[in-house]
Amino acid sequence: MMAASSGTARVTLPSDTRILITREFAAPRHLVYRAWTTPELIKRWWPANRGKMTVAEVDLRVGGRWRYVMIADGGLEVAFHGEYREIVPNERLVSTEVFELVPDAEAVDTLTLTEQGGRTTLTILVQHQTREHRDAHIESGMEAGLQDALDLLEQVAVTLR
Amino acid sequence: MARAATTSDAFNAIAEPQRRQILDLLAPGELPVNDLVALLGLGQPQVSKHLKVLREVGLVDVREDGRQRLYRINGRRLKPVHDWVSNYRQAWEERFEALDQVLNELKAQEKRT
Repeated sequence: MMAASSGTARVTLPSDTRILITREFAAPRHLVYRAWTTPELIKRWWPANRGKMTVAEVDLRVGGRWRYVMIADGGLEVAFHGEYREIVPNERLVSTEVFELVPDAEAVDTLTLTEQGGRTTLTILVQHQTREHRDAHIESGMEAGLQDALDLLEQVAVTLR
Repeated sequence: MARAATTSDAFNAIAEPQRRQILDLLAPGELPVNDLVALLGLGQPQVSKHLKVLREVGLVDVREDGRQRLYRINGRRLKPVHDWVSNYRQAWEERFEALDQVLNELKAQEKRT
């Protein structure tokens, strides 16, 4: 574990339609950017331990599209896609994001990477069109969190047998 | 998540930016309504209206101190909002922990070459 050298994620709601995620990493920003934009690396971290990523398409140019698909452990397929709007390598990446099960709720995500002393602060600003979309986005995380809790409970239950 | 009307739900009460601003101003400690009016640059009736909503959902408490009414934040009522966001945060944290591992490997590779 490298918990001591990394930060913990902070999530704030700066306005009715925004979500701001901040996290520090014990690595220079060109490596964070590489891990963020290279399909075979994305597949290793993006699904965390919640499933298997089957598609990580990255056409990294302005107007280029991205698409991520994951089969969650419960069997549900979740897919996201969007388009790159602004690219400053190692610094800033602006893209649209659509959760394909809720195709109307397009958000604009701004990734910012700043480096100090070999450490990188990453921020993601998610801008939704409406508060309802923003709230639904947060609740999708809540369902995932609940699923994790249930999975953990199951593991504990198995060891008790 | 089904939500009740503004007057009975902390989520809706804090959806209004000026009410969030009031909570921010009250976070360090209690303030009389006149200070809030001055700090917000709003009219007294408007501030009173927001304070009424915040009181009704229990996000702020008020006490009389001589001729002043002092308002303070009630953190316990913000807990459901905090819990709501913290599950989303947890989802990202797991993802970031996986990213930490990838970054460690990239750093090691870079050292070797």
